[in-house]
Amino acid sequence: MFGLGILSGLIILPLVGALIIAFLLKDDEAGVRNTRWVALWTTLAVLILSLIAWNNFDTAKAGFQLIERKEWLGNSIVYQLGVDGVSMPFVLLTAFLMPFCIVASWESINKRVREYMIAFLVLETMMIGVFVALDLVLFYVFFEAGLIPMFLIIGIWGGARRIYASFKLFLYTLLGSVLMLLAIMFMFWDVGTTDIVKLLAHKFDAGAQKWLWLAFFASFAVKMPMWPVHTWLPDAHVEAPTAGSVILAGILLKMGGYGFIRFSLPMFPEASQYFAPLVFALSVVAIIYTSLVAMMQDDIKKLIAYSSVAHMGFVTMGIFAGNAQGVQGAVFQMISHGLVSGALFLCVGIVYDRMHTREISAYGGLVNRMPWYALIFMVFTMANVGLPGTSGFVGEFLTLLGAFKANTWVAFLATTGVILSACYALWLFARVVFGEVTNPVYDTIPDLDRREMAMLAPLVILVIYYGVHPGPILDACAASVDQILKTYNAAASAVAKTAMLAK
Amino acid sequence: MITTQPVFALPLLLPALPEILLACGALVMVLIGAIRREKAQTLVETMAIILMLGAMVLVLMQGDQSVKTFENSFVSDGFSRFMKVLTLTGSLIAILLSMDFMKRRGIALFEYPILITLATLGMMMMISANDLMALYIGLELQSLALYVVASIHRDNAKSSEAGLKYFVLGALSSGMLLYGASLIYGFTGNVNFDSIALVLKGKAQTGAVFGLVFVAAGLAFKVSAVPFHMWTPDVYEGSPTPVTAFFAGAPKMAAMAMFVRVMIEAFPGITLQWQQIVAFLAIASMVLGAFAAIGQSNLKRLMAYSSIGNMGYALTALASGTLNGVQGVAVFMATYLMMTAGVFACILALRRSNDGHAETIGDLAGLSKSRPGIAFILAMLMFSLIGIPPLAGFFGKFYAFAAAIEAKLYVLAVIGIVASVVSAFYYLRIVKVMYFDEQSETYEEGALEVRAVIWLTAGFVILFGLFAGPIVAAAGVAAKSLF
Repeated sequence: MFGLGILSGLIILPLVGALIIAFLLKDDEAGVRNTRWVALWTTLAVLILSLIAWNNFDTAKAGFQLIERKEWLGNSIVYQLGVDGVSMPFVLLTAFLMPFCIVASWESINKRVREYMIAFLVLETMMIGVFVALDLVLFYVFFEAGLIPMFLIIGIWGGARRIYASFKLFLYTLLGSVLMLLAIMFMFWDVGTTDIVKLLAHKFDAGAQKWLWLAFFASFAVKMPMWPVHTWLPDAHVEAPTAGSVILAGILLKMGGYGFIRFSLPMFPEASQYFAPLVFALSVVAIIYTSLVAMMQDDIKKLIAYSSVAHMGFVTMGIFAGNAQGVQGAVFQMISHGLVSGALFLCVGIVYDRMHTREISAYGGLVNRMPWYALIFMVFTMANVGLPGTSGFVGEFLTLLGAFKANTWVAFLATTGVILSACYALWLFARVVFGEVTNPVYDTIPDLDRREMAMLAPLVILVIYYGVHPGPILDACAASVDQILKTYNAAASAVAKTAMLAK
Repeated sequence: MITTQPVFALPLLLPALPEILLACGALVMVLIGAIRREKAQTLVETMAIILMLGAMVLVLMQGDQSVKTFENSFVSDGFSRFMKVLTLTGSLIAILLSMDFMKRRGIALFEYPILITLATLGMMMMISANDLMALYIGLELQSLALYVVASIHRDNAKSSEAGLKYFVLGALSSGMLLYGASLIYGFTGNVNFDSIALVLKGKAQTGAVFGLVFVAAGLAFKVSAVPFHMWTPDVYEGSPTPVTAFFAGAPKMAAMAMFVRVMIEAFPGITLQWQQIVAFLAIASMVLGAFAAIGQSNLKRLMAYSSIGNMGYALTALASGTLNGVQGVAVFMATYLMMTAGVFACILALRRSNDGHAETIGDLAGLSKSRPGIAFILAMLMFSLIGIPPLAGFFGKFYAFAAAIEAKLYVLAVIGIVASVVSAFYYLRIVKVMYFDEQSETYEEGALEVRAVIWLTAGFVILFGLFAGPIVAAAGVAAKSLF
């Protein structure tokens, strides 16, 4: 339509919704009600459109599909979109999670609803753009532009320390990304284009690769976030409104992992090989250290935030293991974590709306008053732990498998993280849900209402479905991952050969 | 064949037609002002606006070719046309912004539009100057007009102080520039840029380099690059706000264009020498602009440091000394002009009922509730100044830093980009105050022409990504004419 394809539609549609809210709706009661519905229908339309895109997508092909190309800044920096097996799942995840965010904010957001929904819809555009952009500058535009709505979401609708948290989020991620921007400029002059397809075919000089890798690493490591640059995440999560946390944990963190798979591995294979031990070390520290930190938290959201850092450690470990199990496992782990952590934050939001506290000690005995809630929260807690039968297990297992192939010790150390995650997650569950009802406020607390049920049920189904049947996601990314690893391994064997010759 | 040189030949006037229009127009305006006195105000303002638009049309109508006239001292090429359009836009916006303000303050003098027109004429001559003399004449015409408009609010101590300060320091810098120019003339025997370039081809004479340093110092003063920036915060703060808006825009375009032309056209043979100077100026400006602004609470002072920092980014592009560098300067200056014009328009639109407007950052508290439109646009302008895509500021910085990377000035680029992250802090503070804090003050609706400027600049900044292609291409054409 209008000379644009489905992917452009995915990018433009949320903006259209935002414009409708901005210009056609008023700030009165009816306007606010309509705002919510417009936002919900827009995100649902995006979801449907993304499913159409998925329908047109051929998982057997390794290369980019649904490609759109238009001149933008001359013919070297172009407006080019496309998806492959690695990005398609993330597009679907984004489109899938957004309606939940809108529904989760239905009652809890009462002030400045229009601005809130506009911010979320713009954010959706940017997030989808990141995953479908096939030009580095275009990618950067989407990658960075998402900061604006996120900054406002945390700053306006956040908790008590929201200003500190929003500034920290913004400045941390900005510092990381601008270094990547310099690397992008270097690649632009080196290759003469920022077309990702052409860059993937280009072989960068080994010396330059290391610097480029580090610059991209600075950006993605902050976004992931990897230890030791993860400290912005707990702050941001604690202060963000529920939907903001869902998006942050569900999608924004995945941009880092996506970036590693899309750029670092295939474009700088030699540097990736060279720096893999560094990534392993940071990942293992992240898995063990942040799990221990998570155990000691007394704020529910902070605990889940630290557990996210630990889970992202598995992702980075899997990616740089550099084999099919590791990378596919990383993709799976990211999708699964997007569902699970998103759902966990929704669960926290539900009790927060009732109690207005996130202190673990303020809770206890919820199972007596909210049995349905306890059940659903348990499913997600188990998925977070990585219990077989939930999606959390598949990702962790595959990444560990990949790491085992690459480096046994890394796998060994990372496996302790699985045990630690059981400790903090089960302990959290026990403290919040079990025990005596200590607080008399609970006497009147209602169980999940229909809106909340409708919001959580699809997530429960998906988490369990992908736990027993991980095929769809793994098949989708298999061909593309194979191709990425082919370039990666070719470079690796070349390095090994020169090393042999040197001997 | 013997060609007889006529004793008196009229030089080619067409390339200088926009300048001639402005000069004649300014004289007519003086006449009208002298005859009609106080009643002339509106007429003169309207005339000034029409003159700017007319000059812009004339500039745009000039073809693609590069023409030199007046014994090669005046050049009209792609670069001059690009920068002239920017300068004229800046002046036009400055007049639009001043109309309501001056009336309310009771300083609506008919001299003001005339001075702006004359200053603009000086700027256009600076941009087109192809020898040191023409350059100096243009520069002085501009500066003298600017000294007066800085103190146009005669009864205000701060405004008078700003004018005086600007004059004293400006005179000093003009002196330095003149001294440098005389050294260069002395050592190369030429004032014409092309001839200087020929003499200095491949050999860096110490004397000429000495002169270059002085010229660079004078030019750095005009673009308010560190360490010649001292006048900027005080003059920005003291001058009436529309005048500040003018200072932040048009003169910077002209001065930067002049800087580029002198370095690229007159000293291409000794790039290595001036590259060091420009790189130092760039680093110092970016770092000072980023750190010194953090402590400011006055909006105009903050914008002063912001413009110091921004000149640093433009100089970063210039330091590369390449075609892409000049293109980077051109794109950057275009985005910078619209961003600052937008910010000042927003400030001016926040009128208090008892004359005056928002002065400090604190005055903006809770603006997102009382004036959501302006708050949104101001926030976007701030994000754009940080360099967040897809806003205009990102593309400006992208081309500026890309040029530095191309020229392998990695350290310069890294320092600059880190400085821009530091500067993000104070730009964000304005967004924070508007969006996260509680409301403290209510303002009147801004004047119609001020709102028009806001919408124009906001449209440019927010939608820049959609039409960036043609602008970047135009800047590329402009840059090519210097090489």
